[in-house]
Amino acid sequence: MDVTLLLILLFIGAVATYFSGNAIASKVALFFSVAALGVSLALLNQFSQGTDISFSAQWIKNPNVLFALKADGLSIAMVLLTTALTPLIVLSGFGNNFNNAKNFYALVLFMAFAMIGTFLASDGFVYYIFWELSLIPIYFIALIWGNGDAEARKKAVIKFFIYTFAGSLFMLAAFIYLYQKAGTFKWDVLVGLDLSATEQFWIFLAFFLAYAIKIPLIPFHTWQANVYQKAPTIGTMLLSGIMLKMGLYSVLRWQLPLAPNAAKELQYIIIGLALAGVVYGSIVALKQKDLKKLLAYSSLAHVGLIAAGCYAMNMDGLRGAVLQMIAHGFVIVGLFFAAEVIYRRYETRTISEMGGIRQQTPKFASMFMILVLASVALPGTFNFVGEFTVLYSLSTENMVFAVIGGTTIILGAFYMLRMFQHAMLGETNAKMFADVTVSEGIVFVAIIGFLLFFGLYPKPIIELITPSIQEILVHVK
Amino acid sequence: MNTLIAIAVLGVIVLLAEIFNLRKAIIPVTLAGLIATLGLTVTEFGVTESHYNNMIKVNNFTVAFSSLFIVLTIFLIALSADFYQERASKISDFVSIKLFLLAGSVSMVSFGNLAMFFLGIEVLSIALYILAGSDRLNVKSNEAGMKYFLMGSFASGIILFGIALVYGAVGSFDMDMIYEASNSATTVDWFYIGVSMITVGMLFKIATVPFHFWAPDVYEGAPTLTTATMSTLAKVTAMATFFKLNMAMNGNMKFEYELVIVIVSIASMTVGNIMALRQNNIKRMLAFSGISHAGFMVMALLNLQNATGSLFYYTAAYGLAGIAAFTVVIYVCKGKDNENIENFNGLGKRNPLMAGILTASLLSMAGIPIFSGFFAKFFLLNQVLNAGWLVLVIAGVINSMIAVYYYFKVVSAMYTKEATEEPAKVPFEFYIVAVLAIGLNIAIGLFPSALMDLF
Repeated sequence: MDVTLLLILLFIGAVATYFSGNAIASKVALFFSVAALGVSLALLNQFSQGTDISFSAQWIKNPNVLFALKADGLSIAMVLLTTALTPLIVLSGFGNNFNNAKNFYALVLFMAFAMIGTFLASDGFVYYIFWELSLIPIYFIALIWGNGDAEARKKAVIKFFIYTFAGSLFMLAAFIYLYQKAGTFKWDVLVGLDLSATEQFWIFLAFFLAYAIKIPLIPFHTWQANVYQKAPTIGTMLLSGIMLKMGLYSVLRWQLPLAPNAAKELQYIIIGLALAGVVYGSIVALKQKDLKKLLAYSSLAHVGLIAAGCYAMNMDGLRGAVLQMIAHGFVIVGLFFAAEVIYRRYETRTISEMGGIRQQTPKFASMFMILVLASVALPGTFNFVGEFTVLYSLSTENMVFAVIGGTTIILGAFYMLRMFQHAMLGETNAKMFADVTVSEGIVFVAIIGFLLFFGLYPKPIIELITPSIQEILVHVK
Repeated sequence: MNTLIAIAVLGVIVLLAEIFNLRKAIIPVTLAGLIATLGLTVTEFGVTESHYNNMIKVNNFTVAFSSLFIVLTIFLIALSADFYQERASKISDFVSIKLFLLAGSVSMVSFGNLAMFFLGIEVLSIALYILAGSDRLNVKSNEAGMKYFLMGSFASGIILFGIALVYGAVGSFDMDMIYEASNSATTVDWFYIGVSMITVGMLFKIATVPFHFWAPDVYEGAPTLTTATMSTLAKVTAMATFFKLNMAMNGNMKFEYELVIVIVSIASMTVGNIMALRQNNIKRMLAFSGISHAGFMVMALLNLQNATGSLFYYTAAYGLAGIAAFTVVIYVCKGKDNENIENFNGLGKRNPLMAGILTASLLSMAGIPIFSGFFAKFFLLNQVLNAGWLVLVIAGVINSMIAVYYYFKVVSAMYTKEATEEPAKVPFEFYIVAVLAIGLNIAIGLFPSALMDLF
């Protein structure tokens, strides 16, 4: 058994969902996403026993392209993040009635397929194809099933598409340049190339454009809040939970090992940009009236901190970044889902129009509270482990970084708790707030269970990712 | 060689069928004949031979491109039955003209002699002039035919003048002799003047900046099926011929010539894309997008030794995507007096399959993986970087971004706007053509080696 099985399964799942018809599409999608989770756990089991689950075959002879998928701890962790979140994301759609549900869920599975390909590919060209491929489903998901005025949505979505596409084209140009030098796209050959300082500088910059737009880092973040707000919640979950982790993962996997010297030279500037995003995101989040937008800006702040951890380029920074990627993936999906649960009942996303939910549904309120606390990295949650490690690594680089980065926790606590207060406590809204349904409950419980369990016992994940981070650091140093 | 004879005979049979009152059989017989010809052509692969005192030379280049042309023509003729429904009495003319056009295309890639080359280009051009003006009662079509004829014959004249100068310098029309002369140190100056004039004429036929002004008007005015023919078959043919001419006449390309090609390429891509952004008529938009694709294709000239496979791949990807796109355009704009993008509003709901096919073909043209348009761009840019033109790669990359905007304008019109009318019935053969064309496009995207390893 190797990792191609996972890709094939998800692809077949997408096709089967498309042909299953609108009535049962969501259930078929759930079935295949759970099956993918099962397969990825089985693969994890094999991997931890030392079996080789990588795959490689010649795809194009001229130019020399291998269809190569390599599974190491880091990529398996990211694959598991994807396969664990996909069933939850599909399940979270059970309360919505989508037009043409078969197309919708097929696109969700197709997107999971493309993202898993991105995490696994070890041939630059194949990696690029999967990377781009993941853009198409999210474009249609946000365009067709999004909310708000159609014209405004179209503008936001096309801006997102052109932005990300533009960034990745520069990455493609860099890959072509590297191919001319190496004669192959294989990761282990490319990272072994001896590049001059100028070459590294430009290659670093080309990759940086692609990733900074995807993550997003200031000043390339302008697409984000609008798309998060206008996309359907499932699309927002896919984007914030998994897709932007593609950018962060790629920094670790491709950018740093390929151009380590340039990365060291530009390190302070880029950590500066990332931390600027932390502060900017937090301050803008303070001002938001729309719940989804508030979460979008809080996500900008958290991701900025993860990026800073990546560019710290030491063991703790990278490890903390990966842990925080996983933790943030779960918590942000949970929070966006909470926003959707409120919207289903109150038909509003404006925080001031909510209120008094806790009196009606204490269960939902407490689950929401745990998610809010996890997002502000309360000790005991998985987010604390990641965020603390990143902040520690920043302090070893420069104390100032750690202090600025620490503002996420303070400001984050402030705006998240204020939001909670306005939305959940206070005057009761005139409308009834029905209790959470079973499918909604499963999603919340799964996410909270994950966050609390690994918050107390993060060792398995740390052990899984550490060897591959060490390998990356060998290339960086 | 057999290909050329078979196609010409098929054209004559079509004309005779009209006389014997077999009008209904024309299109099936033509399609069957073309498929047989395709088989005949493919079996010639790997053979290298010359006929009629080197007038015609068959090699892998010829066979590959001829096969592509035949495939494109099969699609175009399959669309004819419905497209010319109201003028069924003239169907033999339309079909036979397309077949002669194909004969012209094939001789343009298989010539061994400049006389044969000129004959081919004229057969192709005259067929196109007629087709462009073939909607006799439509003023726009008349204008398109006239414009194309005046400009096109002017370009042919320049090519002929160039051929004369090359003959004056070499003393022969034969490509082998010309190849030797181009590599010798004692070539006289007017040889290069001749080559430059042929270049100008060919750049006109491919519709690259600064010889592109005819394209949008002619594309818009001509009947849509003719536009499809011009933007796929004719453009691809002209590009392949231009490449072949350069291999013979420009063996050791001078830096100045390369610079001209680079400038033409950048200008075509940029002007084509920027003008396309402003178009509201989809035929004009595709005309400008075709100009920018021409800018991409001429990049192949910068790496003459290695780029044959890449160019062939690009032409195949572009031609197939173009056929699929135009099939949908013909279906949507049937019976309308314009081809504005508003006609596509709500197509995603009216006819999801057709909307999906148009989306796929536009994504292919925009260069998004897994569609073959992406690989085509990638292979060409790879060759260009191999030849050392980093600046052209960056220009190509920037242009790919601009292009996304206008292709997606159509896509979002199909999926976000509300439909204004009831869906029309799609003729059966339109489905087959569109699905086959886009299917082939994706297939060569998944298995690029199938085409890349031919050369």
